[in-house]
Amino acid sequence: MSRHAAHGRTVGRGVTGLILGLLVTPLVMLLGTTSAYADDEGDTPAAASCLPKPDEVGCISGTLGSRADPIADADVTLTKPDGTTETQTTGDDGKFSFTITEDGEYLVGVDPETLPDGFEVRPPPANLRGPDGELKVQATVGGLRAANLEIRSADYDPSTSNWEEISQSGFNGLRLGLLLALASVGLSLIYGTTGLSNFAHAEQVTLGGMLAYLFVNQQGMPLLVGGLLVLVLCGFTGWFQDRVLWQPLRRRGLGLTQMMIVTIGLSLAIQYGYQFFVGSRTVRVIVDNPTVTSFGPITTTNQSLAAMVISAVVLAGVGFALLRTRIGRATRAVSDNPALAQASGIDTDKVIRLVWTVAMALAGLSGILYALVTNGIKWDTGLQILLLLFAAVTLGGLGTAFGALVGSLVIGFVVEMSPLLPFVPGDFKYAAALLILIVVLLVRPQGLLGKAQRVG
Amino acid sequence: MSEPGPTTATRGDLSDPAARKSLMTDVERVPGAAKPDPILKVDNIVRQFGGMTAVDVGHLEVQRGLITALIGPNGAGKTTFFNLITGFDRPTSAGQGAHWSFDGRTLDKTSASAVAKSGMVRTFQLTKALSRMTVIENMMLGAQNQAGENLFKSLIRPIWHHQEKEIEAKADELLDRFKLLEKKHDYAGSLSGGQRKLLEMARALMSDPKMIMLDEPMAGVNPALTQSLLGHIQSLRDEGMTVLFVEHDMHVVRHISDWVVVMAEGRVVAEGAADTVMSDPAVIDAYLGAHHDTDLGDDALLTDEAIEQLAEEVAEEAHRDEEKDGGKR
Amino acid sequence: MDEIQQILNSMMSSATGPQTAAVAIAVIGLNIHFGYTGLLNIGQSAFMLLGAYGFAITIKEGIPALGIEPLGFAALVAGVIVGMGLAFIFALILGVPTLKLRGDYLAIVTISAAEIVRYIGRSVGYETLFGLTGGAQGIPGSQYRAPFTDLSPLGNGNSTLLEFNYTDVADGAVWVRLVGWVIGIAIIAAIVHVARGRAGLTGTPKRVAIAGLSVLALVVLLFLAPVNNQNTGVNGWFVTIVAWCVAAISTVVVLFLVKSPWGRALRGVREDEDAMRSLGKNVFAIKMQALVIGGLFGAVGGMLYVLPATVQPDSMGRSLTFFCYTALLLGGAATIWGPILGSIIFFAGRIMIIGISNTYFDGFMSSQESSQFAFIVVGVVLMLLVIFRPQGILGDKRELRFNV
Repeated sequence: MSRHAAHGRTVGRGVTGLILGLLVTPLVMLLGTTSAYADDEGDTPAAASCLPKPDEVGCISGTLGSRADPIADADVTLTKPDGTTETQTTGDDGKFSFTITEDGEYLVGVDPETLPDGFEVRPPPANLRGPDGELKVQATVGGLRAANLEIRSADYDPSTSNWEEISQSGFNGLRLGLLLALASVGLSLIYGTTGLSNFAHAEQVTLGGMLAYLFVNQQGMPLLVGGLLVLVLCGFTGWFQDRVLWQPLRRRGLGLTQMMIVTIGLSLAIQYGYQFFVGSRTVRVIVDNPTVTSFGPITTTNQSLAAMVISAVVLAGVGFALLRTRIGRATRAVSDNPALAQASGIDTDKVIRLVWTVAMALAGLSGILYALVTNGIKWDTGLQILLLLFAAVTLGGLGTAFGALVGSLVIGFVVEMSPLLPFVPGDFKYAAALLILIVVLLVRPQGLLGKAQRVG
Repeated sequence: MSEPGPTTATRGDLSDPAARKSLMTDVERVPGAAKPDPILKVDNIVRQFGGMTAVDVGHLEVQRGLITALIGPNGAGKTTFFNLITGFDRPTSAGQGAHWSFDGRTLDKTSASAVAKSGMVRTFQLTKALSRMTVIENMMLGAQNQAGENLFKSLIRPIWHHQEKEIEAKADELLDRFKLLEKKHDYAGSLSGGQRKLLEMARALMSDPKMIMLDEPMAGVNPALTQSLLGHIQSLRDEGMTVLFVEHDMHVVRHISDWVVVMAEGRVVAEGAADTVMSDPAVIDAYLGAHHDTDLGDDALLTDEAIEQLAEEVAEEAHRDEEKDGGKR
Repeated sequence: MDEIQQILNSMMSSATGPQTAAVAIAVIGLNIHFGYTGLLNIGQSAFMLLGAYGFAITIKEGIPALGIEPLGFAALVAGVIVGMGLAFIFALILGVPTLKLRGDYLAIVTISAAEIVRYIGRSVGYETLFGLTGGAQGIPGSQYRAPFTDLSPLGNGNSTLLEFNYTDVADGAVWVRLVGWVIGIAIIAAIVHVARGRAGLTGTPKRVAIAGLSVLALVVLLFLAPVNNQNTGVNGWFVTIVAWCVAAISTVVVLFLVKSPWGRALRGVREDEDAMRSLGKNVFAIKMQALVIGGLFGAVGGMLYVLPATVQPDSMGRSLTFFCYTALLLGGAATIWGPILGSIIFFAGRIMIIGISNTYFDGFMSSQESSQFAFIVVGVVLMLLVIFRPQGILGDKRELRFNV
């Protein structure tokens, strides 16, 4: 009984520590950000957003680019039913918002000259396409209509062939897959060694990007130094979490379901912590526009190439460590059968601590690279990719590190390539990835590389 | 295969030891021997984990109305065999000649719950008491064909109220018999290990099974309870139930079983009456060879071993107690 | 003092509001999933969203094939049926692949499926779909609310509950309120005292005493923080009363269900599936029934949730599911009254945090930041609850000692 109480106290101290950490770390970030708020580049005010009023005004608004990757400074033109036009320039958040005063069919188009190099508007579906490729919008006074103009990166060459589109999307898929793999390998290792599905894992990805923003953008450190510092800090958060929270909870015998709910609470707290301290805007690690290179049909940025090389090298390193080093083999043993591993003299607690540390560092790296490749990071970036991570891990087989790698690549390709199919609209691409997850569970619940008897 | 066994009518009263002995005298002492009136028949059940064959039983029959013990060294595949025939695991040989039937019903594709419904109820080596439910709730879950377990009928109390009373009365009776009536409203999680074993057995009996399969019923039970547990098992048999149980302790086996089946490395290596089977060379071989062939890859082994050791100690003690008791009488 | 009164008033109107009742109903469903059956459904918001879509779209568009006109009473009834039908189908789709697998698969699939529903809801890719769902902007309440408000017998105008409140005694002097609060807190303390069995009451007298004291506490609280609302308006008394009545009926239905042998089987599945199989129970069927029933409650909650609001996919996403979990664990999982108590405390508490930080930390936080701060607190509270008081307010601590 007294042992229980002692554990309770340890957990109590641990949790208090963690919460302190939760509150203090972002506070430090806040101090950093407020002092540097003034010189945050390119903070042009967004177009005054329109609010519909019944019988007075209606609105047509939309965002160029994705929420995570908005396109700023592009000219959007509205052609009214009477033929007059109005032009707005998108703000940092990529948003535009027109006010209208009469019902009718409006046309919304983007001046291609003002889009960043290598981007174009995806032609709207035939029934919504205006004479010059604009988007038709039926708007009414008192209502709010979304004008969803999809921007895709492609050559200007209007004769872009299918093959080129496929290879570009395939390349983007590979890029996304590698970045996902960095995070999902860790997620999978944690699951394998502790049985815990960590819903706060993606917040660590965001943390990587946020810290990189803080060090590189705000404090002006060189990218390499800042990046390494972020890795060390992220790894430390992993070590710290296991030290003050997860290990005491394991010792206390808290059920896995309960632990999973703890991770959900943690994820909620951290997400809103980012929003609270950093705000809900997208922050960028590097403010210069990236240099574009192209080879063959594929156009990409140097940052993307570097990110892919780094991820591939790190993933290869992790794979090598798992297969060839003593500690890697111990990790796999714990993953396979914790009781047997412990009986054969492996210090499972040590292995789990290491797994947490490495997994969080990898997630942080993934976050830095994600922020570089997609031009910034936001409080809910992690939230968006969390499900892709789970899909990847489940697809590969829960708890198998190499399965997570394969699963991530598959999910990356699916996300980027599914919009190429004629019947899949662009905003269905994440849904497509999740749908695949459910289908896989139906036909092969143990995942691609999982062992059949693990399920059950 | 062999000569026709005595019919149910002529089998007479199996609570008489002599009747039981004479029933089995004509059965051959070989693995897979035909029984006069088998309730369970098993053919070609193979289960492999990875490359390791855990169970490979060619043919086995279990006689109705007797206590049959299933013994064998660690890793012999006894529990796996239990899991296979009760539908908790699927044979690797499913669809390739694996057949088993209970009381004339083929069970090849039957789910675990349907197996239990057909009258073959099992218990587990590690007791599965439903901890956060009371003892009486545990018991009442054991009853079959409850109208109130239908979602739509459950909302209308009069439909199931009467049946509920009957079930509770029956549960009380069983609890009384297993000396658990005082604990009726306690959480099952608060019971001792031995009491949980008793509860699990009593719960299984709530369904009026034709055959009860006990996986190490004595493991972890304290010596004082072992004796009464053995008594319960014997009285079940005397009431006409078939009992198949897994056990390690040979004293227990010899004490209560009418027939013994020996497994080693997944196969049935010998069968016979309790007093003779232990001298079978195949059995001696199996037990002596056991520790050399222990496969460390078997996941279940670690916990098994610990539990078995405990069980052996306890059974040993129980046996001593039993002898003392016998002396007093 | 006025500031405190203001915070108290807004806490009270949030605690009694129709959306609190709607979430409570969804939490009742979640309680069947998680509390009684042990199913880790992290997609309850999708059941709510589907219920809301089915309800709103059917009313808005009618069902021409069946001759059901839009915005009529028939459309209202059809809307309820369609919303529940969608949730039913959704539960089947989720259950078939996952209920035979380990619990975490259900968790991952439900959260993913909830996101798919949200993505589809906010999609603009298909013109017909967009016409029905209104994309990310959703369906404004004005397009489907009419047939419901037409049913209101309350007429127009405003009403205050309680009509007789602190302002009527000595012009709402400070001492009136202070005395009132002392009495209120004393009553709540008395409820706790009786509930813990310290007053020597058991069985029916105990229940009657708790019920009586609870009503008294409600009256005193409403006296101290009266709620003023339109009778029939968007957020008016009519929808409030209907929502709380549905919540009460749901609680009674769940009471009947879980006290029956079916409910016993649910708890058996939560404790040990294999043991249940060995007793001849069809575990898959029991889990599927639980998933469907809990999902239907979710759908009904979703319909009531959007009646005073809009059907907006982004406002019914993961966060809402997490709120449901927090409310459930706060009140006590696997308890009858836990979902309702938990939801009330959750929403009142959230408003309290926002109110306090707005009023007293004005220089430190903007109003937007204080609502974010409230979310941080929700997350931390969820963690602390699971770790230190997993049985919540109403749960039985004895049960948890045998936690597996």
